[in-house]
This record gives sequence, structure tokens and C-alpha cells, in this order.
Amino acid sequence: MSTYSPTTPIDHVGHGHKPPLPPAAGGGDDGRGGGDVPNYGARLRRARLGLICGIATVCMVFVSLTSAYLVRQGLPTFDGASNSYVRDWGRVDLPWLLLAINTAILLVSSVSMELARRKAALQAALAPVRSIPGVSLGNERSFPWLGITVLLGISFLVGQWLAWGELHARGFFVDTNPNSSFVFLLTITHAVHLCGGMIALLWAASASLLHKPVEARRIVVDITAWYWHFMAVLWIYVFALLGFAK
Amino acid sequence: MATPASVHAHTPQGFIRKYIFSLDHKVIGIQYFFLALTAVFVGMFLSLLMRIHLVWPAAVLPFVGEIKPETYLSLLTMHGTIMVFFVLTTAPQGGFGNYFLPIQIGAPDMAFPVLNMLSFWTTFVGFVVILAAFFVTGGAPLHGWTGYAPLSALPSAGPGEGLGADLWITSIAIFCVASLMGALNFITTTLDLRAKGMTMMRMPLTVWSWFITAILGLLAFGVLLSAGILLLMDRNLGTSFYVPLVVVNGQIMGHKGGSPLLWQHLFWFFGHPEVYIAILPGMGVASQVLSTFSRKPIFGYRAMVYAMLSIGFFGFMVWGHHMFMSGMSPYSAFAFSILTMCIGVPSAIKTFNWLGTMYKGRIRFQTPMLYAIGFVSLFVSGGLSGPFLAQPVLDIQLHDTYFVVGHFHLIMGVAAIFGMFAATYYWFPKMFGRMMNETWGRVHFFLTLAGTYAIFMPMHYLGMAGGTRRYSQYTEVAYLQKLMPIHQFMTYAAFITIAAQFIFVLNLFWSMFKGPKASDNPWEATTLEWTTATPPPHDNFGGVTPVVNHGPYEYSVPGAPKDYVMQNDPATVATH
Repeated sequence: MSTYSPTTPIDHVGHGHKPPLPPAAGGGDDGRGGGDVPNYGARLRRARLGLICGIATVCMVFVSLTSAYLVRQGLPTFDGASNSYVRDWGRVDLPWLLLAINTAILLVSSVSMELARRKAALQAALAPVRSIPGVSLGNERSFPWLGITVLLGISFLVGQWLAWGELHARGFFVDTNPNSSFVFLLTITHAVHLCGGMIALLWAASASLLHKPVEARRIVVDITAWYWHFMAVLWIYVFALLGFAK
Repeated sequence: MATPASVHAHTPQGFIRKYIFSLDHKVIGIQYFFLALTAVFVGMFLSLLMRIHLVWPAAVLPFVGEIKPETYLSLLTMHGTIMVFFVLTTAPQGGFGNYFLPIQIGAPDMAFPVLNMLSFWTTFVGFVVILAAFFVTGGAPLHGWTGYAPLSALPSAGPGEGLGADLWITSIAIFCVASLMGALNFITTTLDLRAKGMTMMRMPLTVWSWFITAILGLLAFGVLLSAGILLLMDRNLGTSFYVPLVVVNGQIMGHKGGSPLLWQHLFWFFGHPEVYIAILPGMGVASQVLSTFSRKPIFGYRAMVYAMLSIGFFGFMVWGHHMFMSGMSPYSAFAFSILTMCIGVPSAIKTFNWLGTMYKGRIRFQTPMLYAIGFVSLFVSGGLSGPFLAQPVLDIQLHDTYFVVGHFHLIMGVAAIFGMFAATYYWFPKMFGRMMNETWGRVHFFLTLAGTYAIFMPMHYLGMAGGTRRYSQYTEVAYLQKLMPIHQFMTYAAFITIAAQFIFVLNLFWSMFKGPKASDNPWEATTLEWTTATPPPHDNFGGVTPVVNHGPYEYSVPGAPKDYVMQNDPATVATH
């Protein structure tokens, strides 16, 4: 016989030089064990893991667009008039002020989203205490951070819409030159992804209205918040790319 | 997530929720399987039309008519696209992966069941959209499955490059989204839903292969999606990402400055990992089946895992070997060439380990085993021509010849399909509760093995003799005419091989309803899917959460009462 995979009790299984793993070293109970109470901790971990995968995908989309941006920027094209190769990248007069305001709006929305996430986490942590008969935690000050974030998100999208209109007014369209093609491509692709975040935000807000368990709502808010932060970072990246690599 | 008991109680009852828009990974796996089965027959039919046309170019076929050169190119494009995306990517990962990954790790379902359902139906929409390209004005596109620009980027470049090409790109974009959803689900499920005791190094190699494939998909399909969006913009919005200053039919197009090579880079950055997306699940199934039917542990389990990981890693480093003839710098070509040959190392490790697994085993030559051996055979035969093509100097001669067609059909196409056949014959009893007919399974195997070798081995000779690919007619070129007898031989072989597939289909459907009832573990295998009922209940383990105490391939364990120890057997069963 050539080789065996180890036939040993689980308690004796170790990874290399690491100490032996406990029985739950694999996927753990993944939220399935222990009576009828859903394991929200496991659900949250799973949702965050899924989000990381999703973010990795979006990163690959923007990495490939960036690659195309840099390659296309350096390509020459043949100019019949001068009978030589010329750079056709062109220029775009970006509406800097408007885009800076949009950036500020998105960053503020990221802060409000973070506050909403923390509030949801706190409510979820206190839920078991709150459910004890006779225990009162007093009236918490409830500030609609989620609603604020939704409004700021809409403001950002409206601001982007205005920026595209401003670009049109200045004579830059998607096919004006390669530079303008990428400006529209990158900003619209970001906006489409942000719309996904908006849908998640509305979902999170509706979870509150539909009286879903506070722990379930916390998961939605948490995932949406991390995605929203990612959108803010991604916008800064896009903005910097358009600003500095032009 | 609900407890197992409540999951069991919440089995969907209505037809729509149970069989159409089901959230059950097993139903979704079967849906993927039948979608791929439909797609493979469409793709096979297209290939048969091509083979007929190559040998009898003037033939007028019933319902099809005369095949014009542009029709031939459309057939070629649609055959490649349907086979790569809707068969080789869909069945091994979406089909078998969906059905068996959760069961093999002891989970009641995928991590995100709704996303799983969406993933299947999005794939289905993608398939409908690509089929629609046949029926629109101008017909299906003719730019090949690689969609090279500027041909693919100019609607006026030829028949089929109008709406047909738009549908082709849209279909691929839809498929990308579906695959990304699936990959996300596979990765999360593998990392987070394993049963107690199912450490990463106790996962069956099938699970490893689906997991690594999902990582490749997650990183690769996003790039193809971006590339497709740029292509759609070039076609419809007047941008110039891929299109330089070109003249079509005497007219200067409105584009300038774009780079066809940009498309090639983006496409092959996806395209080469796609090769491994197609073949890795086959490797996993071959490992599983070879170990089970040799009654031996897999030889070098850890080496197999690390080999798959390194194949996946190197898969992202070698896209440039598809572009040696594009005018790239010789230094780049050298780097891509070296990295490509590096993949030979983990591939050889896997091959030797498969042979080591069979060596001195008590081999049971049942149909799944035959197909697993066939997989290894095809993997070696197709793989050995890889190092030839990896040499830029040799590639100058062999590029765009039938040598390449023979190479990738053996290694990526037929080997992967043999993996699927091995998986079908192996897991059919668990999926449908009945056994497939063994005799017809063997007949199907030997005809298919001989047939595929008869079709694809001669292609290597054709290529070396200068036989170019993608030509619709060889009868007008003197030196190519001399190769026609080989083409005729290949076409006859294609007739027989395709006819043999109907044996498989009949066996599949007949056995589904009339086959002998299968026991829970007919192959005396060790992994978790064989510990549960046949077919598995809605929550996979009937309200019980399995606890894993053993590795996945514990066969012929000294001191054990049987010649196999199942993964959930008590920990002390084989201590000695």
C-alpha cells in the first residue's frame, strides 16, 4: 500500500507543527446547532465572507478597467495629415468642484452608514437583555442614520448625473475621445455598483419597517455598511485615477 | 438558519417551488446538469454540421440547406461558445458541484440558497440569449469563441456581426454575472459550512477542485465582464477601445487608435483560467473515482491539493502564450513560455499520483472507473502537446493550425467531458436512486474513447502538415487537398462518436425510471454523500448533522472491519 490519509481520532489531528485542533475546527456548527434559535453570529460571519468575495469581484472589474485605461492612454494612432503616429488620448475638462462636492457627500454618507451599523450592532447586542421581563434600558435616542445615508446616497447619484450633464455641456461625450470614454465608463460603472448599495440600503431600511428580528436586521445593515465603505474607497480611487493619470 | 429538524419540516411542496424555482442545491444541481446536457447536444450538432461541410462542402442538408463559408464560421463560433460556457463551465461546477459540495462537507445546503437559484436562472437566460443569436437578422456571429476585435467590434464587418454579435456578448456578460454569483456561493459554503471535524485537509479532492475552480471564476469572470462591456461600447457607442483606424468594404470606420491586442489581453486573462475552470472539477472527480475503485487511498493527498492550488495560481500567469503570434516582445514571450511549462510540474504530479493510486490496487473496472482512467489517458495525450505549443518558436509553425484544435479538444474538451461522464455514472445512483446499466455504460465508454481519439489525434498530424483551422473549405488549396482523407476519417469518426452519445442518453433516462434500485452506498465509498439516504432528503442528512472523524479516502485500512472507513465512522473504528 502506498500512502494512507491519517486514520486517527479527530482529537489527535494537527496541522503541521500546530497544536491539535478542537472538534469544531472545520466549519464549526455554522449556525445549525442548538435548538430552534438561529445562530446570528454564524450568519453574520457567512454574510461577511460572501461580501468579501463580492468585493474581490468588483475589484477585478475595476482592475481590468484600470489596465485598459493605462494601456489605451499610451496607444498612438496613425494621423493621415501628418503621415505619422500621434497620441489621440485627448483631454477632458472635469467639473472638479462638483465632483469634489460629490466626494464629500459620499464620505459623509459613509460616516452616517458607520453610525447606523454601530447602532444596529448595539441593538443586536442588547436584544437578549431587552427580552428579559422587567428589564428596561430606558428610552434610547433614535437617530435615523440609515435614512440619512439613503438621502446622501441619492444626493451623490444626482450629483454624478449633474456632472455628466456638465461634461455634455462642455462638449465631452462618451465618444469624444478615449479619455472621455473612460471618464464616463468608470464613473457610470461606479454609479451602477453604488445603485446596488442603494438597493441594499433600502432593503436594510425595510427590514426595520417589516419588524424583522433586530439581529437579522443587524446583519443586513452590517453587510450594507461594509459595501458602502468599499464604494466610498472605490470612488476615491476612480477620482484619483481620473485626476492624476489623465 | 433553521435547525435540521425544521429544515426537514420545511420541505417545499408546490411543484414550482420544488422543481422550478427551487432553493434546494440538489434540484439546482440537476437543473444545471440538464441545461448542460441540452447545450452539449446543441454544440455537438453544430460540430457535426461543420465536419460534414468540411468533407462535402457543396452538400445541401435537410432543414439546414447549403452551408456557406460565413455559416461555417457561425457554427464554429457558436459551437465553441456554447461548449466552453454552457457545458464545460456549467456541468462540472454548477451541476455536480452544486449537488455534491454541500453534501460532501456535511452541510444542509449552499450558504446562500436564493443566490444559488438566481445563479442558475441567470445562466439559463444567458443560454436562451445566445440561442436567440441564431434567429435574428444576419444570424449568429462569426468571430469565433474568442471574439477577436476588430471583427467582433464592427457590426458591419460581416453577416452575423450585427445583432447576433450583440446577443453573443450580452449572453456572455449574463453568464459572467451568473458564474460570479455561483463562485461566491461555493467559496463561502466551503469555508463556512463544513461539518464538525471536516478540516480542510479532510475535504474530498472533489471539494478542493470545486473550491479552487470557484476562486478562479471569481477572479476571472469579472475581467471578461469588463472586456465585454468595452466591446459593447465600441460596437454601439462609437468608442475606440479595441478598434484602430480600419476600412471595411471601402469605407473608413469612425474609430481610431484602439488596440485589438487590448481585447486579446483581457480576454485571455480570463480565457486561460477558464481552461482550468473546465478541467479542475474533472481532476477532482478522477481522483475520487480512482481511489474508490482501486480500493486504495489517493496517492499523495496533500500533493494533489497543492498541485491543484499551483495549477490555479499559474493559470493566471500564462495568458500570453495564446498571443505569441501577436507581435509581443520576445522577452514577454519567453516569460510566458517558462511559466507555461511550469504548469507541467503540478500536472505531472497529479498524473503520477493517479497512476500511483491505481498501482497494485484491487481495481474494480466499473463504468465510472473506466471513465476516470479515460480522463487520465486524455489528460496525458492532450497535455503532452502543451509543451510544444508553449515554445514560441514552435508556435510560429503550429499557431492557428489543427494541432492547436487537437490539443485543446483533448485536454480541455474531451478530458473534461470524460470527467463529467465519470461523475454521472458515479453519482447517478445517489442523484436518482437507481443504477445505470453497466453493460451499456461500457459500450458507451469504449465507443467514446476510441471515437474521440479517432477524431482528435489526427488533428495533430493535420496541424504539423500545415492544415489551418477556421477554413471552411479545403478543396480549393492543393496541399490541403492531400489532407482530405484524414478529414474524411475524422468526420466518419465524429458520426460514430456522436451516435454513441445516444446510448448514454437512453441509458440515462431509462435507468432514471427503470434501473435497479440503488443502495445508499453502492460503490462502498467513504465520503459523506454515501452516508445519507438515496436520494438524499431535503436537508441532506435527515435532521442529523454529521461529525467527521476520518480522511476522505480511507480504503484497505489495516485493522478495519471493512475495506473502507467512512468519513463519519466512529473515530476508533480503525485504530490498531
